[in-house]
Amino acid sequence: MNPGTLTIYRWELRKLRSQKRTYLGLGAAAAVPIIFVLALALRNGSPEDVAFGRYVHETGLAIPLVLLLFGSVWMFPLITALVAGDIIAAEDRNQTLKTILTRSVERQQVFAGKTLATLTYAVAAIALSGSVALIAGILASGFNSIISLSGTRVSAGEGLLLVWASLGVYLIPIVAIACIGLLFSTVFRNSAAAIVGTLMFSLLVQLVGILPGLEGLHPYLLSTQYNAWQGLLRSPVDWAPILRAAWVCALYGVPALIAAGLVFLRRDVAGE
Amino acid sequence: MSEPLPIEVRGLRKAYGELVAVDDVDLAVEAGDVFGYLGPNGAGKTTTLRMMLGLITPSAGSVRLFGRDPHLSVKALEGVAGFVEAPSFYPYLNGRTNLDLLAALDGGEAKGRIEEALDKVGLSDRAKDRVGTYSHGMRQRLGIAAALLRAPRLLLLDEPATGLDPGGMRDMRDLIRDLSDQGMTVLLSSHLLGEVEDLCNRVAIVQRGGVAYQGSLADLRRQAGGGYLLRTSDDELARRVAAAQPGISEVRAGAEGGTTFSAEGEEAVGALSLALAESGALIRELSPRHATLEDLFFRLTEGEADGQAEPTPQPAGSAA
Repeated sequence: MNPGTLTIYRWELRKLRSQKRTYLGLGAAAAVPIIFVLALALRNGSPEDVAFGRYVHETGLAIPLVLLLFGSVWMFPLITALVAGDIIAAEDRNQTLKTILTRSVERQQVFAGKTLATLTYAVAAIALSGSVALIAGILASGFNSIISLSGTRVSAGEGLLLVWASLGVYLIPIVAIACIGLLFSTVFRNSAAAIVGTLMFSLLVQLVGILPGLEGLHPYLLSTQYNAWQGLLRSPVDWAPILRAAWVCALYGVPALIAAGLVFLRRDVAGE
Repeated sequence: MSEPLPIEVRGLRKAYGELVAVDDVDLAVEAGDVFGYLGPNGAGKTTTLRMMLGLITPSAGSVRLFGRDPHLSVKALEGVAGFVEAPSFYPYLNGRTNLDLLAALDGGEAKGRIEEALDKVGLSDRAKDRVGTYSHGMRQRLGIAAALLRAPRLLLLDEPATGLDPGGMRDMRDLIRDLSDQGMTVLLSSHLLGEVEDLCNRVAIVQRGGVAYQGSLADLRRQAGGGYLLRTSDDELARRVAAAQPGISEVRAGAEGGTTFSAEGEEAVGALSLALAESGALIRELSPRHATLEDLFFRLTEGEADGQAEPTPQPAGSAA
């Protein structure tokens, strides 16, 4: 990484640490699994209709996996968009682009640093949510083995590794959402519009997924890729959905990121 | 070998669709100048400054700062600092942290200048407070401090005294004078004549996006011309006497009574006073009237309705 980009990246992280929205996002990422575990503890039922839902009282390892399924509807896209949609638009709101772009860093370095900071935040949010879900789940239901989607029993230790790997695979569509958030943030120059826009995009893709007659599109929808990690919990591991997630998400994320970068490099930084 | 000029602008134009914000601007700012970029609000001053700083891409024409093009790389801004419109900072960070951030983006020695810059603008006491709590004047001063971190040879300031109280304005002018004395070249845009008269040695007057006048302030004052105001016991008679007097011209009834005229020299004025006394029009007041820059400014900026300004006193763009 060149020095300019690294400097911007460090300062973008510092700026994120100084803003309420960062803690709102990370706070939600940490609070939701706790609330989920508490709700499960108070009621004896379990979400039977989702993968691993029936194991939530048997092993804490099931908690983060069920959370990933529920969270993909809007929670994780929203948490991601909260920062991705704001990180460029906030400079417009504060009129600070003129302040930083008249120093000794090039626009592409500013954009690269902001992109990296956005992705760092997204990784932190998923890791935090997953860790809290694991800890709360293990406290509530114990550190026990889990039954894979193929019906084989996986030891607690191996299961733990698979949960972490699943969180990693889950980041693939999250990164694509972050890129789309960056594009909206750059184009709309308004963080509320960019955050809502990113969430709407995410929900619309899911809507396409439930429309009748469009089943053929399913493998190529962004929302489908949220379930790619389930390939890890089969024996043997099914890599096909994971590979597909990688290239499908690249098709969504890379053009969005390139478009955002080009708009950012070429735009006039004028007043209101 | 001659150094490239701090600012050289050629044929600069910015159009937003039909709207032409800046139209064919030529400027030459020389080392050591305190250059006033003067014009009414909406004349395209800020847009021009944004183009100079590489924030806006020109529709046509070029900007060179010390010979380098700010649209190719921020390297052209080396030794250049300033702000457009009100300086803006991150409201959730304190003053010093904002400067820390900017110094990090500047690299090099900038970090070591933070304390000195804060001290110079008198913000050391408030540096630990969030910028969100700052008054407009304090942000303006922080803007100057942020510019000083770059140890600039050229300072671009957009309406630096706007919105400041009288004390703040005075401090800002003192600071600019001080920086100029240290050898900094300054370009400041303003719609305040007094500010420009007070600080600048050269000016460009802009109207409707174009340059109506460019040259030294002294030349501009000469163009504005002087004149005299005369009050007598019989102004009718006095005007007849004056009109007949050699070396006296442009005899007119004054807007606020009395008579105004131009004279070729003080001798002509002396002769006129004698002639008036002989004619019986007794002098009650005879005083030189320093035509203000304001007169010329309005003549240039309000011009004719069809956009034809008064004959340009000196060709725009001439680097005298």
